[in-house]
Amino acid sequence: MTIDPRPLVPAHIESNPLLGTWLAAGDGTVEVSVGKVELGQGILTALQQVAADALALPLDLVHIRSARTGGPDQGLTAGSLSVLQSTPALRHLGAVVRQLAEAPGNTSQDETAAYLDRIAGLDSSLDLTAFTPQVGPAPNRAVGADAPRVDLPEKVLGRPRFLADLRPEGLLHGRVLRPPSPAASLVGLPESWSSPGVVLVRDGSFVGVVGDREDDVDRALASLTGVAVWDERDTLPDEHDLPAWLRTTASEPTELMTEGDVEATRSASYSKPYLAHASIAPSCAMARWTSDDSLRVWSHSQGIHSLRDAIAAALSIDRSGVRVDHVENAGCYGHNAADDAAFDAVLLARAVPGRPVLLRWTRSDELAWGPLSPAMTATVSARLVGGLVTGWSYDVWSQGHTARPGYAGQPGLLASAHVGGGVALPPSDDPPAAAGHGSLRNAVPIYELGTRRITGHRVTDASLRTSAMRSLGAYLNVFAIESFMDELAADAGLDPVDFRLAHLTDARARAVLKLAARESGWGDPLPESTGRGIGFARYKEKGAWCAVVAEVAVETEVRVRRLTVAADIGLVVNPDGARNQLAGGAVQSTSWTTLERVRFDRRRITSSDWESYPILRFPAAPRVDVHLIDTDQPPVGAGEAAQGPTAAAIANAVQAALGIRVRDLPLTAQAIVRAIEAEENP
Amino acid sequence: MTRLTVNGREVDVDRTDDTPLLTVLRDTLGLVGSRFGCGQGLCGACMVLLDGRAVPACDTPLWQAAEATVVTVEGLAADGPSPVQRSLIDHQAAQCGFCISGIVVAATALLAAEPAASEQRITEALDRNLCRCGTHQRIVEAVLDARGDLR
Repeated sequence: MTIDPRPLVPAHIESNPLLGTWLAAGDGTVEVSVGKVELGQGILTALQQVAADALALPLDLVHIRSARTGGPDQGLTAGSLSVLQSTPALRHLGAVVRQLAEAPGNTSQDETAAYLDRIAGLDSSLDLTAFTPQVGPAPNRAVGADAPRVDLPEKVLGRPRFLADLRPEGLLHGRVLRPPSPAASLVGLPESWSSPGVVLVRDGSFVGVVGDREDDVDRALASLTGVAVWDERDTLPDEHDLPAWLRTTASEPTELMTEGDVEATRSASYSKPYLAHASIAPSCAMARWTSDDSLRVWSHSQGIHSLRDAIAAALSIDRSGVRVDHVENAGCYGHNAADDAAFDAVLLARAVPGRPVLLRWTRSDELAWGPLSPAMTATVSARLVGGLVTGWSYDVWSQGHTARPGYAGQPGLLASAHVGGGVALPPSDDPPAAAGHGSLRNAVPIYELGTRRITGHRVTDASLRTSAMRSLGAYLNVFAIESFMDELAADAGLDPVDFRLAHLTDARARAVLKLAARESGWGDPLPESTGRGIGFARYKEKGAWCAVVAEVAVETEVRVRRLTVAADIGLVVNPDGARNQLAGGAVQSTSWTTLERVRFDRRRITSSDWESYPILRFPAAPRVDVHLIDTDQPPVGAGEAAQGPTAAAIANAVQAALGIRVRDLPLTAQAIVRAIEAEENP
Repeated sequence: MTRLTVNGREVDVDRTDDTPLLTVLRDTLGLVGSRFGCGQGLCGACMVLLDGRAVPACDTPLWQAAEATVVTVEGLAADGPSPVQRSLIDHQAAQCGFCISGIVVAATALLAAEPAASEQRITEALDRNLCRCGTHQRIVEAVLDARGDLR
């Protein structure tokens, strides 16, 4: 046996060991580079709080620099992992710095200035993994406080902040003409085509324009749309029969649990449609191509290092010549078209060497060509004996939940399928178990349910492109499990909260469930046609515990009036920010659950604007109250904990209001009518 | 050449009549605070005050703004944050913040017309503004609070 002489260091320090990768000091402040990116979740502020405490510096002297190649590679900003992964790394960094630069015992201005000078004098090539800090943990000063978001003033005041606001010298604008349907190929574009002020870029079915003026490129795109001739084919499934299609299409099984078969007393099936990320901003990117070994890209990707590698692989160039910097765009809520837009910008910039090209997608392309959250269906069966579940069987069918750059061994960037000689993108994959699964995320219930059999079926069809959207498969799995728990509770003649508690031993889970019930007024009488329902899960089975109680009124449609969210997210770095994230997740899930569905015929996606893909609006937004458990346990993430529980809570509330169980999302008036018909004619 | 007044300054714009006002603001005049969200007047991210009325700049052609007075989100902050902007920051009423410029403009137009607007009136006035992050409640609370500052 060999003994590793090095101290145990956090994973992200192990993979980014040099001090200079993380830290730069000068001008009386410290700049901490992170490999995470701001998506509207407030991560720059939360990490500023963690870093300031770790370095024993006042908050306003610490600036956080967003991910860029050259800074630390912390993988994706996804999966509610940023605080969990960054906190140990920043604390290790801080401990080394406090020790070597001799952090002062007090916070006087002079002492702090001298400390900053000593930090600036540290050797940037210092190996952080070679160090066992001898100083104790720094006290929490900023952590736990409601530090205001560093990025909000510029956004509220309308200052340049977003990627599309970049205006470098020599800027050109770019647009890409996307095919009208997923399987279309370009067969004709008039040789004589031209449009004022633009250059045409064409490579196979990839067509774009570049020009000095934004109105010129927009006019050129409209003109191209009118003259391009496409060969289109019917390749899409029947949007009205997705559960049957998923169950009968080729798939690969994953047997997650095989404890035994179940002689069920109840069985039911649930489904969700395809959903769109539906970011308020269309995806965009800027690129400047100087030469094969000097390419710069500005992107709002969630993973700028894997984007760099995918771009280099797609172009067969060395990745050392590609530099990618993150710049903010609107919230993406998962893998939207950010990476695809970056590659589009690169292809356009290659045609005009030396000039920066700012490429922006159209709204319709964003809704129709961005990766979709896959349609899913699940069947749950259980055996109920004397008020307790003794056996549980679960099958879920879904396309894969990731097509991020590098998936399935391919660059996976959209335009690489459109350029001449391009090949179709492979079927989407699922993240591995260690990353919390995709289709099978949260497929294992938190409850004691006796003998369990749980199987995932990853559908390998790729006619519609799918990838990660906030909470991945957990949204449908928690909706199905928690709806079914209510059905079983009714069979047992028990209150839904009591029934859950009877199957729950985890103390933190029980505390969250009880908190939600208490704060929501669970059991208090409600008016006619209104109902209350609960949903609960521990995200990814190892993340945050979150319970949601929904109060809905059902008249001509489902109206969610109030959501009570209770959560244990471990140590809360920024309580106000965590509440904002959890409330936002619950409200977004309300939109998915009551309204959203990607529409298509057998050839084209037809929900390509805000009228055909409606999302929740101000008059329909519920009141949300968020209650956090106070704990100093390690942070476990917050951003994706509420989505699944909210969906189930709403469906269970509809059942309480109407006596109708709706198992197919979204919970529209039509879905309720279909559920009534199904109950009348089983 | 089209003449209009933007944030109190007269400008002459040399773009064709059908160019969207948003493109003129962002590309010609460098006022990028009005954000491009859809280009179809359906999301509200690009709202500006056109002669005091909140309109989406993306489907307002330049000819419609000729001789008119345009105020953008930048113009509302010309003398420091406006009451609506200050209240939104105080309430931390945004997540990604891409929709917030248009919401500032829509809320400002509402409170100018109805200084005591009710919560229901505020949600109705913001019906044309989409927020995808789910920050609706904080935004409405911030606008409600801004009423006092305006009086």
